[in-house]
Amino acid sequence: MKLIPGLVKGLAVTGATVVRTVFPKRGLRTLIPAPSKGADTVQYPHVKEAPPTRARGVIALHEGNCTACMLCARECPDWCIYIEGHKEKAPPRRPGGKPRLVNKLDRFDIDYALCMFCGICVEVCPFEALFWSPEYEFSEPRIADLLHDKSRLSEWMETVPDFEDYETGSVAKKLKVPPT
Amino acid sequence: MTAVLEIAPFAILADLAYWQVTSIRAIAGLAAVLLVAGTLVYVHLFKLVSFMQSRLGPMEAGPYGSLQLLAETGKFLQKEDIIPRRADRFVFCTAPFVVLVSTFLLVVVLPAGPDAWFISNDLGIYLAMAVSSVSVIGILMAGWGSASKYSLIGGLRATGQLIAYELPLLLAVVGVVIQAETMNLQSIVLTQAEGEIFGWSGIGNPFILTQFLGFAIFMIALQAELTQTPFDMPVAESELVTGYMTEYSGLRFLLFFIGEFATAGVFSAIAAVLFLGGWYIPGLDAGSELFNVIGPLVLVGKVVLLSLLIFWFRFTFPRFREDQLQKLAWKYLIPLSLANIFVTAVLKVLW
Repeated sequence: MKLIPGLVKGLAVTGATVVRTVFPKRGLRTLIPAPSKGADTVQYPHVKEAPPTRARGVIALHEGNCTACMLCARECPDWCIYIEGHKEKAPPRRPGGKPRLVNKLDRFDIDYALCMFCGICVEVCPFEALFWSPEYEFSEPRIADLLHDKSRLSEWMETVPDFEDYETGSVAKKLKVPPT
Repeated sequence: MTAVLEIAPFAILADLAYWQVTSIRAIAGLAAVLLVAGTLVYVHLFKLVSFMQSRLGPMEAGPYGSLQLLAETGKFLQKEDIIPRRADRFVFCTAPFVVLVSTFLLVVVLPAGPDAWFISNDLGIYLAMAVSSVSVIGILMAGWGSASKYSLIGGLRATGQLIAYELPLLLAVVGVVIQAETMNLQSIVLTQAEGEIFGWSGIGNPFILTQFLGFAIFMIALQAELTQTPFDMPVAESELVTGYMTEYSGLRFLLFFIGEFATAGVFSAIAAVLFLGGWYIPGLDAGSELFNVIGPLVLVGKVVLLSLLIFWFRFTFPRFREDQLQKLAWKYLIPLSLANIFVTAVLKVLW
């Protein structure tokens, strides 16, 4: 018997949500049912909501910063990053110095059919070469097309939003992204 | 047992051959079950529930998603019909049909107008209650035949639950039967239409007024009989995948799905006949020919109202525990319904 007020309250909650959805408050026209105005959701393919700027949509690669150090590939829980590279002679930094050996990137693929969007690769990259982009519409009819190669991953760089300061007063942490 | 079984309701049907009457009746029965089930799925399962969650539900197939059910049916028909290797093939394959047959047999006793009925049987509600238990066998067959532990546990849970709640369902009906002095559903409707409340016959005497306790018990037991959510342990998806339906796919899963909502519709219709006056609405004479046309619509309207209650409960309350379920049936509902019968009988004799 003492359960009954709780049961009624539960019914009132769902009932009130129905009323709020079907008859949203809009003055005199409240009595006209308009569920498409009262619903909290949007009809996705017709209306698109902008994702938050720091949403984890897709991972972008800034190719110039990558040194093929393999940290991301090794930390990846799904082993969905494939990296190949070779060493190359580069001119010395200062005149008169020794020529340097740098790692050149040959292949950098992320298999989004395997990726679980944990972001460990982005966190672990010591050279600021991987970024989150809020883009999310990259589904493919064929599963093999979900393997994004170096150029495709670099294209996502254009969609990476500018870094915003964490809060006012904090030391601005600007990302060091030199032009490629 | 002198059950009168009249065959042909309308005068024009009396001239037709037996097979013609039978096929007309079969088509009408299919329409009565499937159209109502489709309406309930669209209005309640797709739309009402979406509104409860502040979303729109299906909107793409047809205007406001009204053809969504056709699309779903097409999808299910295309799917592969998988039978587990170790399943008992015959039992596995026939189980959904057994469940569906009990639903289709239920609709037979329902009157939808003074002349619009399938059979007029003095056993009426007794027949309906007996036939409705057949679905337990289908569910147990599905649970046993699937050769899966989830299905087996789901089937056993369903059986225990359906048997426990059949009792309050039946006992709640007894009060109505005592008051109406008949088990014929048509006569129950007429009794309510011609009844009067303390001499005032404005709205007849729908038994929900005098038998409100019976109505409440009937609706709770109905919720459990349909394995709708506060009582959905047999298909508890967080524990048993989908219970006895786990191994089913394609057409056979669709049959279970239709069976679930068709049974909801037919049982709501029985509740409407028993407690809300069936096809009768106040304002017209109960013998009026007009009721053959608007009677079915009135009945469907009452079905939609009653199943709104069922789905409202379904999408508001979380699931009971198995022991709470049995406690509710045996410790509260059955004693209450027995007391209801006792009081009804005493008042019937006194009046």
